[in-house]
Amino acid sequence: MFRNNYDGDTVTFSPTGRLFQVEYALEAIKQGSVTVGLRSSKYACLVALKRNADELSSYQKKIIKCDDHVGLSLAGLAPDARVLSNFVRQHCNYSKLVYNRELSMEKIGYLLSDKAQKNTQSYGGRPYGVGLLLVGYDKSGPHLIEFQPSGNILELYGAAIGARSQGSRTYLERVMDDFLPVEDATELIKQGVEALRQSLKDETLSVKNLSIAIVGEDLPFTVYDGEAVQPYL
Amino acid sequence: MNHDPYSWGRPSDETYGQYSDAIAHAPSFPKMNTQQPIVTGTSVISMKYNNGVIIAADHLGSYGSLLRFTDIERLFPVGKNTVVGISGDISDMQHIEALLEELETENNYDNSHADDEESLQPSYVFEYLATVMYQRRSKMNPLWNALIVAGVEDSKPFLKYVNLLGVTYSSPTLATGFGAHLAVPLLRRVVDRESDVEKTDMQTATDTILQAMKVLYYRDARSSRKFSMAIIDNDQGLVFNKELEVENMKWNFAKDIKGYGTQKV
Amino acid sequence: MKSCSGKTVPPPPLPLEHPSAMSQPIEHQFNPYSDNGGTILGIAGEDFAVLAGDTRHTTDYSINSRSESKVFDVGDGIVISANGFAADSTALVKRFRNSLKWYHFNENEKRLSLSAAARNIQHLLYGKRFFPYYVHTIIAGLDEEGKGAVYSFDPVGSYEREQCRAGGAAASLIMPFLDNQVNFKNQYVPGTGEKRPITYLSVEEVVKLVRDSFTSATERHIHVGDGLEILIVTKDGVRREYHELKRD
Repeated sequence: MFRNNYDGDTVTFSPTGRLFQVEYALEAIKQGSVTVGLRSSKYACLVALKRNADELSSYQKKIIKCDDHVGLSLAGLAPDARVLSNFVRQHCNYSKLVYNRELSMEKIGYLLSDKAQKNTQSYGGRPYGVGLLLVGYDKSGPHLIEFQPSGNILELYGAAIGARSQGSRTYLERVMDDFLPVEDATELIKQGVEALRQSLKDETLSVKNLSIAIVGEDLPFTVYDGEAVQPYL
Repeated sequence: MNHDPYSWGRPSDETYGQYSDAIAHAPSFPKMNTQQPIVTGTSVISMKYNNGVIIAADHLGSYGSLLRFTDIERLFPVGKNTVVGISGDISDMQHIEALLEELETENNYDNSHADDEESLQPSYVFEYLATVMYQRRSKMNPLWNALIVAGVEDSKPFLKYVNLLGVTYSSPTLATGFGAHLAVPLLRRVVDRESDVEKTDMQTATDTILQAMKVLYYRDARSSRKFSMAIIDNDQGLVFNKELEVENMKWNFAKDIKGYGTQKV
Repeated sequence: MKSCSGKTVPPPPLPLEHPSAMSQPIEHQFNPYSDNGGTILGIAGEDFAVLAGDTRHTTDYSINSRSESKVFDVGDGIVISANGFAADSTALVKRFRNSLKWYHFNENEKRLSLSAAARNIQHLLYGKRFFPYYVHTIIAGLDEEGKGAVYSFDPVGSYEREQCRAGGAAASLIMPFLDNQVNFKNQYVPGTGEKRPITYLSVEEVVKLVRDSFTSATERHIHVGDGLEILIVTKDGVRREYHELKRD
């Protein structure tokens, strides 16, 4: 039987120049439920589909606040996301305490990137099994950043990660010109929810499985869950 | 054999020599290498006006009562709209100068908007310095200085003080050291409360600062005639004049002072 | 010196290193503390609490600032002030704000009760038991039943819930006045020998007491004056009042 000889650790390249462990980590993202991020000239917004393991269990939290001006949503291993969000929280906190400064989205991106990259080049560890969408508002405006376990970070106008996220991405590409100039937060959220719908299979969106977050100039990072998402269904 | 119970259990003098009880007389505190300022810079003075702030400090580094160094700059621009004025120990000042340079380098290194949106603001610089000052005092190893951070942030004047204890405060007029006693009352004649800032233009503020520097040169024995003055204006940005001198002094009263010199009273 | 046998033993000779035997270096110790003056005052009412402080900041005989706030609204209906050494005050309030922030992160944005805040502050203070925060700390807000509450702390974390408490430079001037006017100490019902029964004061009465306390403290204490900031906590939130004090 075929056995891959180059996927036992993260420090060995395959003869074709690939790091299989990193690629597997990228696959782990696709196991997670979908989450969508998009930004206009004024706001950045996250929309996520929450999943429950079975009828008796609660829904997995998808959006985590990191500071008043930044938060993230996840697709993949939730415990890994907790480690990373805690890391972002601590850096935001330190910056505020020592420099009275809100950490820029650019810097948050590089901090996460550096942290994830270490795992792809050290023996005995594994890459993070989670993808993140970070939204934030800093001195240079609203931002949306996608983080991958490989250490890649990308700044985007719209993004979707997780199971069947291609549908959302296609939708966002199509309506990008419509949501970019949107000045109303509610309008942007509606576009996000519509994008999320493109990735649904059997599920229907409800107050139980929809999670929303928004951030903007005079709007600190706010999460909407439960009854608060009713207007957007 | 010594049968006196008082001597039991003690090393015998014959073998070990007389027992040293020096430890019983040791001072109650271990010796501490707490520092004191060596070469010092005198007052820094500053005030707000309706479109920015002005800060000034002279060029002298004193070694006790010896006017040791005569060309020391004690105002340090950080970024485009911040100036830090430092009094107290000069070597500690130069250490702080290094910290500020590092701060600026780091900001340029990891920020693609380093010279516009994400440029260093006075409040960032201040918070950092205040943190350093308080940490050092808490380690009982203070940086022996009093600092004033002056600048413009979000189009509004910024002025705040921190010293070797980590004590911080803000006021429309600020001065360190001797200046707190001699200059502040003069500055407060013009700007006493925050609402007076709006009524004071750059010219008035400049004249006030120059007058205060003159008084300090008259009365502070550890001051020099040469000084620097920085204006951080919301529209003009940083205007840094390093070539100033106290002018139009009147010393004719000096001939009437009797009793200190060689003259007969 | 007497030995057990009753024989007098001569005292041991001074060793050569004895301090009196050599020139001692003069030790100049760095003093990590200073007194920055100011005074604070907290009073609890039936369904409200106030915490007030003057805005004068001093060292020795100098007025550093006439407008330095020292009473802070930290959210969750909690107001806090730490009076004494200003750098420690700033540090303590900063640490408490941070503690509150992480409480919200870890406890799913749960509102911190005043009693929990008080216990947390005890730990912040006692954690520096052997290098204390040189401050008198007071917090005010509403308890779990909606009743006004004031907690006061000593520098190393001993604390107690009280109806009222003054702290800082003029505490000793204000506190006896408060005992009399808030807890009706030494007041008797005329004609009888009975003590005047304790009743709750209205918010208007309390603000009057606070203003009187500070104008009087300003008259008698050089480290008090310039401005008076009063934070009033009710079920509707925190309200701020500002009044001028004499600036001499």
